[in-house]
Amino acid sequence: MTTETKGVTAGPRALAWQRRRRSAVRFWQQYRTHRAGLAGLAGLAFFALLALTAPLTVGSDVSSVTGAPGRPMESPSGEFPLGTDQFGRNLLGLVVWGSRVSLLVGLLAAALSVAIGALVGITAGHFKGAYATVLMRITDWFLVMPTLVLAIALATVMSRSLGTVVLAIGVTSWPTTARLVRAQTLAVESRPYIERAKALGGGHWHIMSRHVLPNVMPLVLAQTTLMISSSILAEATLAFLGLGDPTVVSWGGLLQDAREAGAVSSGNWWYLVPPGIAIAVVALAFTLCGRAVESVLNPRLGVAR
Amino acid sequence: MTADATSAPAAKAAAPAARGPRARTTTGYLRYGAGKVGGAVVSLLAVLVTGFFLFRLIPGDPVKTMTGGRPISAEQLAAYRKEFGLDLPLWEQFTDYCGKALTGDLGTSYQVRAPVIDKISEALPNTLLLTGTAFVLYTVLGIVLGTRSAWRNGGLGDRLNTGLALTLYSIPSFWLGLLLIIVFSVGIGPIPGLFPTGGMESGGEEGFAYVLDVAHHLVLPVVTLVAVEYGQTLLVARSALLDEMGSDYLTTARAKGLRDDLVRRRHAVPNALLPTVTLVFVNLGRTVAGVILVETVFSWPGLGGLFYQALSVPDLPLVQGLFLFFASAVIVMNTLADLVYPLLDPRVGR
Repeated sequence: MTTETKGVTAGPRALAWQRRRRSAVRFWQQYRTHRAGLAGLAGLAFFALLALTAPLTVGSDVSSVTGAPGRPMESPSGEFPLGTDQFGRNLLGLVVWGSRVSLLVGLLAAALSVAIGALVGITAGHFKGAYATVLMRITDWFLVMPTLVLAIALATVMSRSLGTVVLAIGVTSWPTTARLVRAQTLAVESRPYIERAKALGGGHWHIMSRHVLPNVMPLVLAQTTLMISSSILAEATLAFLGLGDPTVVSWGGLLQDAREAGAVSSGNWWYLVPPGIAIAVVALAFTLCGRAVESVLNPRLGVAR
Repeated sequence: MTADATSAPAAKAAAPAARGPRARTTTGYLRYGAGKVGGAVVSLLAVLVTGFFLFRLIPGDPVKTMTGGRPISAEQLAAYRKEFGLDLPLWEQFTDYCGKALTGDLGTSYQVRAPVIDKISEALPNTLLLTGTAFVLYTVLGIVLGTRSAWRNGGLGDRLNTGLALTLYSIPSFWLGLLLIIVFSVGIGPIPGLFPTGGMESGGEEGFAYVLDVAHHLVLPVVTLVAVEYGQTLLVARSALLDEMGSDYLTTARAKGLRDDLVRRRHAVPNALLPTVTLVFVNLGRTVAGVILVETVFSWPGLGGLFYQALSVPDLPLVQGLFLFFASAVIVMNTLADLVYPLLDPRVGR
């Protein structure tokens, strides 16, 4: 901002970084005014910390059935603040440990989904004509399809593993992103500087990667945040239906265990409530962040602050 | 499953999907309709092909899956393969499957040895009862609360409404269902069990008593479904009305001296309805997911419950049949909606 930037020695790279830093600061200043977004961010920081420090606080022994410390189905007590499950495992530890799988799968599935969506959206917006028509027809088809049914079908026919779950969620949830990115790509490509880049001999790859991608990136970011929340819900759903990896502990898997152990009919609410709250809080936190990012980027939306 | 309803640009991006060429005149409408129906036929064929290859080409022998990994003699294996037509070349299996599917034959369930289509038609009315009731309730609730929320944009009511909708939207439907069962069926503390824990009827009732009994069983599943689904309708209705808020015709209506309430109901809301209803139909796929989970949790004898049973075996022909059914139903519903819009709103197809 000061004399440095005006110095003739500042190369184009340094200038670009300066511009990026300035827009990041501006973004944060606007984001800060969204109270719901800040609450979401705080929730995310809490759960990220919880998941990252889980090996230190609870350790992987917590999911071991043989070395369970308590008796089966104990009510909450001083020793086990959330009670125990049907194997006598500490439920608080399981919920903390489960955050790792739920967050990991949510992040990976959302990344895969948004990557597919961005690729389809940018290419469909850039190459017009038959290619785009076919691609958007496929997108519309996926958009209307009951995605959970498709994901369930995929998870049923493939082996039970985390990779399967990530793949099943990722390849079924990309169409919304593809539509959004395509619309944005079309808007960007109609601007004069794209014509200039073409006139100077910029190829398809150059235009898509250097001009279109940076312009759709903010939108992709907001979409990723929203997508993580639905991926976490989808992961919990698949695990609850018994389609997750049976060897790992996840929040959805805990709920399935609870249901199979008869926690519902015997009224053992302490078994059911914590994993569900954890899912809801994380999903809500990502949604709030995503909406705040969205409204910073597009103030016309009128999202309540 | 998708986050589309929570993001307003998604609403705007998806809405043009329902729009087509000009639909002003009768011939224009017929052309528009033919285009939509043609598109739907292509989509249905795509579902048919996906349904086949998804369940065949992916590694794993269906017969092994069917026997659940138990040891089985070579003769038995061959007999099973023959019974389900798995010994034929893939191409013949495919043409056979297409021919049968088009005449309504979706194969035979591995587990119960009954035609898949019979199982589906048995369960369908129960699902329609549950889904239909919930659909009407959550659409109306979402539109009413969403438009009120947008009218007082930024106020306390708006923030409470949006906050509650977002929270319920983030809750897994199956978890909410389980909690409702614990609180209202099993009973917790001083609250006695008010509603049945699951199923659709207690049995032995007839006539009006039977209707009441079914309604009694219907309460909790419908409440669960409405609670998790109304949020997206609310958010879409809210953003659709916000788009109309600055319009000149509203200023004119106010200048005429109309009461604020009338301006909202007669002028603003009708214009916000169409994008909302479009999105309600586009999001039917998400509702299918909710129905599967709610029926599983409440042991409702519908298609969702059937799907869950088929999954846990896994009974591949039944899973496949239900996959085809759910996908086709959603496509057909969307096409019907597309065909009705231009009659309701002349702006569609402009």
